[in-house]
Amino acid sequence: MTLVKEAPARPAGNRRPAAPAAGRRGRRRENLAGYLFMSPWIAGFLLLTAGPMIASLYYAFTSYNLFTPPKWVGLDNFTTMFQDPRWQKSVEVTLKYVVVATPLKLLLALGVALLLAQRRRGQGLYRAAFYMPSLIGASVSVGFVWRALFSDDAIVDRGQKILGVDVGGWIGNPDYVLYALVALSIWQFGAPMVIFLAGLKQVPRELYEAAEVVGAGPVRRFWNITLPMISPVLFFNVLLESIHAFQVFGSAYVVSDTRCGPADATLVYTCYLYQKGFKEAQMGFASAMAWTLVVAVGLVTAVLFRSQKKWVHYEEAGK
Amino acid sequence: MTTATSPAPPSTLTRRRRRGGSLVWHVGALLVLAVVLYPVVWVVGASFKPSKDIIASLDLLPTEPVWANFSGLADGISGIPVSSFFVNSLMYAVLAVVGVVVSSSLTAYAFAKIRFAGRNLLFTLMIGTLLLPYHVLLIPQYVLFRNLELIDTLVPLVAGKFLATEAFFVFLMVQFMRGLPRELDEAARLDGCGHLRTYWSVVLPLTRPALITSAIFTFINAWNDFMGPLIYLNTPSKYTVSLGLMMFRDQEGISNYGSMIAMSLVALVPVVAFFMAFQRYLIDGMATSGLK
Repeated sequence: MTLVKEAPARPAGNRRPAAPAAGRRGRRRENLAGYLFMSPWIAGFLLLTAGPMIASLYYAFTSYNLFTPPKWVGLDNFTTMFQDPRWQKSVEVTLKYVVVATPLKLLLALGVALLLAQRRRGQGLYRAAFYMPSLIGASVSVGFVWRALFSDDAIVDRGQKILGVDVGGWIGNPDYVLYALVALSIWQFGAPMVIFLAGLKQVPRELYEAAEVVGAGPVRRFWNITLPMISPVLFFNVLLESIHAFQVFGSAYVVSDTRCGPADATLVYTCYLYQKGFKEAQMGFASAMAWTLVVAVGLVTAVLFRSQKKWVHYEEAGK
Repeated sequence: MTTATSPAPPSTLTRRRRRGGSLVWHVGALLVLAVVLYPVVWVVGASFKPSKDIIASLDLLPTEPVWANFSGLADGISGIPVSSFFVNSLMYAVLAVVGVVVSSSLTAYAFAKIRFAGRNLLFTLMIGTLLLPYHVLLIPQYVLFRNLELIDTLVPLVAGKFLATEAFFVFLMVQFMRGLPRELDEAARLDGCGHLRTYWSVVLPLTRPALITSAIFTFINAWNDFMGPLIYLNTPSKYTVSLGLMMFRDQEGISNYGSMIAMSLVALVPVVAFFMAFQRYLIDGMATSGLK
């Protein structure tokens, strides 16, 4: 955790100007050096981020099939999109996925982090093992494994039969297949868990000692000390995980089937965007979809940031 | 590192309670472990089962391991040798690692160690790209690379890595470089070292942990990458492992299920091996990201 402790809050400068190069000529030289070192990033930002963003904003208002030049159509893409039943379906599927998967994943991550934070023998091994799914979860291999585990007569099906649920494998079932994807997301709780653990380690132990003196039980200690103290980390995890969940693609494509079916049951937003853009070559429509996603994710981010004042407790900034 | 304080310190009061709680703790941890590891153990076991048993049999491990699934891979997929997919993935991953390490460390050095006009603004912009859904770039980037006639090559997949567009790694390195004692690079500068010298001989060697973390994450991300190759690669002989597996499923998946699962296992091996060798770097790197 050495990395964590020393992280300073803002660009380090401030203490004193760069030593050897004082004066205006020196400053100009520093500017030049700075921009030279940054030149790969600047080129990447202009060519691969800023430029494309502007381009796709333009495409969003055009009809463009890659073979003839884009043709301006005003708001047509957006009006068609909002009335398109498959687009509506994709929004519904994505929202359901985000709203179900993100909280469950974070709850599990926090729960297991609290468990692991009580240091016992083997803690490091558990931590490593729990983290591993986050590294392999995005692979096609694991997608195939998931498909197998949730198909007819495989373990999940047999398990639910023991519980008296007889719906068959989830993969072919439009009512259940999305939850196989949710399960795959939850299985990767290790990444947010590790971040929670790092946050838990930074809670000053004096607080717990004081609470124990006053006779606060474990539940009160959790609500009054642990939760406020790790709220910045919780905020970070909520933000990151929901943004990721909005962009899910691979698992829908691999676990269900390449059309994100059956019956569009796993037609997540990105999957529909992919179909429109790369299967049907409707680049204008797909760009309109992409920008709508950006705005939606931006709104969610903004709401989360604004809500911070209510529930996120910052040591230095707040009080 | 791992011996830092735990949030619930052992006081006399808690210590006694702990011994009883220890059993509960281990039972809980083992339960989670079982669920987490099940799919992994399953794929290992399944690779050694005859195709027809893979789904139907509930035994985690085969009663009699068979090698047929692996030897079946020797025939290749639709005429393409399986090794070709692995070589392509390896090339992609290695190029990605080189690109990220070189470009991100240069950029990070500028952010952390050079005072230049506009630095804070650019830093904010870079952090902003972390939150940008990259799908908005998908189509215009595709159009760009198509116009440059670079579709069906690795260039679109790795160009961004050489241009430091992986903001997370730049951020990781900036954080790390800022944590280095300023005296070191200031002394080097006073001795007349230019920035390039300071970067290369003073800062870079000390940044090794962050470089390793970034390199391994990049390797794994490239190895697992699915959407990039799906969009940019068209010729089966250029396919990466992810696409090879998908082709396997679409063309022979039912007749040759066992080999498909065996190849899935082989595809996981490099990632799991890297993870085992470097798990501390990965987990610490991940943990840093949450605590700015």
